[in-house]
Amino acid sequence: MRSKVWRRLLAVTVTAALALSATGCGSKASGSTKKDGKITLTNVSYDPTRELYAAYNKEFAKYYKGKTGKEVDVVMSHGGSGGQARSVVEGADADVVTLALAHDITLVEQAGLINKGWLKEFDLDSSPYTSTIVFLVRKGNPKKIKDWEDLTKKGVDVITPDPKSSGGACWNFLAAWNYADKKFGGDEKKIKAFEHDLYSNVSVMDSGARGATTTFVENKQGDVLIAWENEALATLKEYPKEYELVTPSISILAQPSVAIVDANADKNGTQKVAKDYLEYLYSDKAQEVIGEYGYRPSNEKILKKFKDKFDLNVNLCTIDDFGGWDSAYKKFFQDGGIFDEIYSK
Amino acid sequence: MDNTTQRGSSLVKGILITISILFVGIMLILPMVYVISSALSKGFSFYFRSLTTEYVVSALLLTLLATLVAVGVNTFFGIMASWALTRFQFKGKQVLATLIDIPFSISPVIAGLSYIMTFGRMGWAAPLMDWINRTFHTDFQVVFALPGVLLATIFVTFPFISREVIPVLNSEGCDEEEAAALMGAGGFTIFRKITFPKMKWALIYGMILCGARALGEFGAVSALSKTRGRTFTLPLEIDALYMSGDSDSIVSAFSVSSILVILAIIVLILRNIFEYREKRSGRKAG
Amino acid sequence: MIPGFGLSLGITVLMLSVLILIPLVSVLLYSLKLSPAQFARLLTNENVLFAFATSITCSLIAALINCFFGIILAWVLVRYDFPGKRILDGVIELPFCLPTAVAGITLSKLYSDSGWVGGLFSRVGVKISYTHIGLVLALIFIGIPFVVRAIVPVLENLDPQLEEAAYALGASSRITFFKIILSELRPALLTGFALAFARGVGEYGSVIYISGNSAKDHTQVISYVIMQKLNYMDYASATAIALVLLLISFGILFFINVIQIRQSRRTNFR
Repeated sequence: MRSKVWRRLLAVTVTAALALSATGCGSKASGSTKKDGKITLTNVSYDPTRELYAAYNKEFAKYYKGKTGKEVDVVMSHGGSGGQARSVVEGADADVVTLALAHDITLVEQAGLINKGWLKEFDLDSSPYTSTIVFLVRKGNPKKIKDWEDLTKKGVDVITPDPKSSGGACWNFLAAWNYADKKFGGDEKKIKAFEHDLYSNVSVMDSGARGATTTFVENKQGDVLIAWENEALATLKEYPKEYELVTPSISILAQPSVAIVDANADKNGTQKVAKDYLEYLYSDKAQEVIGEYGYRPSNEKILKKFKDKFDLNVNLCTIDDFGGWDSAYKKFFQDGGIFDEIYSK
Repeated sequence: MDNTTQRGSSLVKGILITISILFVGIMLILPMVYVISSALSKGFSFYFRSLTTEYVVSALLLTLLATLVAVGVNTFFGIMASWALTRFQFKGKQVLATLIDIPFSISPVIAGLSYIMTFGRMGWAAPLMDWINRTFHTDFQVVFALPGVLLATIFVTFPFISREVIPVLNSEGCDEEEAAALMGAGGFTIFRKITFPKMKWALIYGMILCGARALGEFGAVSALSKTRGRTFTLPLEIDALYMSGDSDSIVSAFSVSSILVILAIIVLILRNIFEYREKRSGRKAG
Repeated sequence: MIPGFGLSLGITVLMLSVLILIPLVSVLLYSLKLSPAQFARLLTNENVLFAFATSITCSLIAALINCFFGIILAWVLVRYDFPGKRILDGVIELPFCLPTAVAGITLSKLYSDSGWVGGLFSRVGVKISYTHIGLVLALIFIGIPFVVRAIVPVLENLDPQLEEAAYALGASSRITFFKIILSELRPALLTGFALAFARGVGEYGSVIYISGNSAKDHTQVISYVIMQKLNYMDYASATAIALVLLLISFGILFFINVIQIRQSRRTNFR
């Protein structure tokens, strides 16, 4: 009698497994297979762009259908910028990458997947939108935080992600560096002491920008969050009564970059649609979407339209002031670099 | 039950029971209550809406598939391994037993890493796979695709079944099997008629544990699955929702978590029933 | 005598190799590319050392606390009858069945300053989430079933004659417990302890949300550091750390197996 129960159990299990594997195989995991003329494009991006690309993909699908008559379905992947670059290097089948900093795309290039010269493939160093680094504080600004200097004061609790795993955090570090550089007239010893004081105030160091926002907003840790401007704007939109945005006197022009992953796109036959996808980011329509989601449009005219939203007077340096990402990353963030030095002191 | 119980003073009994209930209440039950209450904090309609999004449904299906495959593969392995390890004496048996248990104590992160180092673009098996794909015109991928998710799930639950079955078979001994073999019974007959009934409840119990663990695996799968809606399992979907940061999606994260909590509770009830049966049948046999 | 040796052993070894050993060897191979000097330099990196220290001490503390509560829980479950016992029995294994990510998210919210429990503690100035306390709590959560599950069967099979003899000889119940029962339970307790410890050292999902991951406060755990290295494609460091972690878990497992052989020898002898 018992064996009957057993056999029935086995039968049910096997049937269910077969049924499920049938559905599982139907939705095959790897991207870019063409089914009835429908094109699939995989975009590997970083954390805060979830909402932006959800909206942009719809716009692009409409545009592409109008232009070629073909349907295009964009599959998104989000995560910490460095980790996303890694997944592409290790074999994730991305047709395009849209990451937080050029350095992460360089890592993919070095693996031989992206052709050299990608930085000039699209306008403005392949960065169709920019952002900057600002502070998010609790309503009423109880700790009176106005500028970078206030973050180094005793008793101020700072939240920022870990530059070793988050692209956004690298921008944060460099923005602070830029401020100190101006303040101390390039005296590296004093700048390091300044960064040391700042990072001594960091109480929670999440692995990514999104995690840091959650820590600050949902779990109510810390007095100030050093954040992407677009993240700060999104938080303000959701909780207008609880937070304030503070723009520091000096910050950095954060340029997220985009590129076609040539090796994969050639294999998948998506090189052309991938190019269209990234080029369309520069169109007026897309730039409007970009502005709406809190990123600074690279198109000056459209950027002006959003002048109430963005503080356009902030003094911004760029990564070129640090000699480009490759040397900046080596100098500041590699093991044994300046970040390790000021942080473990 | 036995008279030692009465001898322990009722004061001690009271204190110990109170400690136990407090510990379990605070450490284990409270978090579950928190999940459920957070999940429902925006009302039932929000709850059901967040469970029926395209991403959640695909993640649920993939999770179930991975669980079934893992249970299937590991059941087969568990039976084979327990047969080899309990019915025979051979050199290196202890080493083999230890090797089987590796996934138990290994960091899931390493499990994910090891598949990437093998089948990833940088892994040594990558040229082999390229060759296969070129020769057969296929587009077969392991990591960052369905097979990787399945493999990672199998890896972390690998020893669950053999670990349950081996002690039972060990304690039952193999006299009956030897007798049957002497009388000329074939291997499969011996297994079906003698060994299988002995291990049945332990096997089912192990399958349940294996399934439970497979449902919830996070670290290993997250190392080699990156596309939401395609290769995301429920735990990864929860992580993605939680990381989206706005309060709506955090509530959604708890809603999805609540499915897993409910599944875990079902598993526990099943476990309780089977364990009870196992004990009863064990007692009869002994 | 019994047929099927070759077949079953063959399948066992084959599956074990393909699914577990070969992938793990790939990690090994990669780390062998490093020279011993490089290897040592990667591992003696300050952050790595602190992460190892954090993982190991927090898991040790959690496993010890689990042993304490584990004995009480197992004792209560085996020796006493009370309403709700079966529920208690079932709930113990909840952490085993609950996805680690869910556990991590829930615990970190519950114990953060705005959470139910964390709120109470923050009033007296104790922070739980994002500190070592939070880490230990998460590890207690995931480790408790290992200890209880290891002890219960042994306690159930404990020969009542032993205790009775002790009583008959006039031993107090406290002495009986500490001298007789505890020494009988020792192998099982060690096994449970080792399993909980091993799980804790490598734990990822439930820990990353609740630990502050701060290198300064030393709340980074070792699996977090592996992930961090991996995310910046520092495979050399990642695999080197992974290798050490592997050796630790292998050592623990070997220890457990030795205990179990001894135990089974003893029971067989009896």
